[in-house]
Amino acid sequence: MHTAALLIELGAVIFGLGLVGRLAGRLGISPVPLYLLAGLAFGAGGVIPLNAPEGFLDAASEIGVVMLLLLLGLEYSAGDLLGNLRRQAPVGVLDLFLNGLPGAAFGLLLGFGPIGALAMFGITAVSSSGIVAKVLADLGRLGNRETPSILGILVLEDLGMAVYLPILTAVLAASGVWEATGSVLIALACLAVALVVALRWGSVISKFVSAGSSEVTLLRVLGLALLVAGVAEQLHVSAAVGAFLLGISLSSDLEEETHHRLEPLRDLFAAVFFVSFGLSTDPSTLPPVLLPALALVVVGVATKLITGWFAAKRAGIAVPGRIRAGAALIPRGEFSIVIAGLATAAGVDPRLAALAAAYVLVMAVLGPVLARFADPWGRAYVRWRRERGATTVRQRT
Amino acid sequence: MEDTDLVDLEETKLPGVGLRHDFTTARGRRIGVISTRGGERELLLYSQDDPDACHAVVDLDPDEAEVLAELLGQPRVIERLARLREQIEGLATEGIYLGDDSPYVGKTLADAAIRSRTGASVVALVRNGEVTPSPAPSQEFRSGDKIVVVGTQEGVRATAELLNKG
Repeated sequence: MHTAALLIELGAVIFGLGLVGRLAGRLGISPVPLYLLAGLAFGAGGVIPLNAPEGFLDAASEIGVVMLLLLLGLEYSAGDLLGNLRRQAPVGVLDLFLNGLPGAAFGLLLGFGPIGALAMFGITAVSSSGIVAKVLADLGRLGNRETPSILGILVLEDLGMAVYLPILTAVLAASGVWEATGSVLIALACLAVALVVALRWGSVISKFVSAGSSEVTLLRVLGLALLVAGVAEQLHVSAAVGAFLLGISLSSDLEEETHHRLEPLRDLFAAVFFVSFGLSTDPSTLPPVLLPALALVVVGVATKLITGWFAAKRAGIAVPGRIRAGAALIPRGEFSIVIAGLATAAGVDPRLAALAAAYVLVMAVLGPVLARFADPWGRAYVRWRRERGATTVRQRT
Repeated sequence: MEDTDLVDLEETKLPGVGLRHDFTTARGRRIGVISTRGGERELLLYSQDDPDACHAVVDLDPDEAEVLAELLGQPRVIERLARLREQIEGLATEGIYLGDDSPYVGKTLADAAIRSRTGASVVALVRNGEVTPSPAPSQEFRSGDKIVVVGTQEGVRATAELLNKG
């Protein structure tokens, strides 16, 4: 009886996600906001309450976070990270603070407390590298000259996450100031060690996991990721960061095929993670935070436009490209939800989860649309400049 | 022979995507190629209005990219040979023109028996700008053909003499 209920509900959830994902594909938007909506609809107080098999969903969504960050780490090698840090550090710092500080201020204003504000900092600071990369590919902009600046910012944000997440986890878990400081220091030390290991011995770890058939490799990588994530969690470094660092150390040598094999797993578990975040958020908490969320959206769009403008200008890109760069960075997504999930699990004000959900829902849908409009805006600007130039020339003669 | 060093090829790393190479042609168009880690290629034609944006992007799978590279790369066989010569000491290559008065116009590669008489090898034949790499023994020569041979300095010189004087 129990098994039947579990299978039926799980099947219904995953099948529903498949339908929703197809809808997202048709509309040309990221499935993340739709997964969140589905979770909200099925959760407690939703339209169709589902007595979800929570034990399984909880475990699966933990794995989802691990997989999201493992594959993110696999995208970038340690060399990429350090190279971008050397070239674009000022842009990275500007990006994090310009986008994070307004969020933190909102957190304080809404009474989430200092820890809530720290979480809000991360939620508003980090663009969704998944959505941004997809938008760039879909719009045929990978070859554009502003694209390396955009991708560079994404890389730095991820590196920033590797510092930020352990701090957040340590602060969330600690009871006092001293304990928090201690945990943060341990976390940062682990991070440094992991980066050195990744740079020096990445190929050794890769060789260790990638012996034998691709199936064996898949199991080894997955197993190692969960082990490292678990140990990291035990050390209060956060499971997500452990997986991310493992990803970086494996990235340069692991075969492309393993990467491809891991992707469907990530898609499955990450979908469950977004749904279960939606499930745990009571939809009735959404309306009160809607206005602050919309205000945050306006600020978040503006600050990313400024970041992109500055980054592209630094790379010698003209005005239309600067607008494109800024608009491409707008989408927020998976990491905002990961951060909100960590904060809610640690008992921060539940309104934070609702605010993050509303924020991501709007940003993940609005961002790609704005990125698309950046092209006509840029062209209009060029035309305007040309006309103005023409009139000045005429006036002179 | 054009030198590839004259093309100012720019290489840019695209983290998480791959590599981008691009350059501006002598006539002012900027073109580029993105090589992804999965082996796919994107052919980029930059816009003339906005030099930072692409006017057209063509996605190529590994096979298509190879075909395109072959089409574009054929006349470069000779350049590659020149580079090869730099790498192997004592190796000489030369493109020998076949004049109207050559006794081998209308004869085949096998008739000339270049390899057994001079020790040099014919590696390609260029006719009206089209390159036939490693031509078959039955390949017939026409006047105006350029025959690319590889061998020792003496072998190549002997071949030039043989082809034009008999």
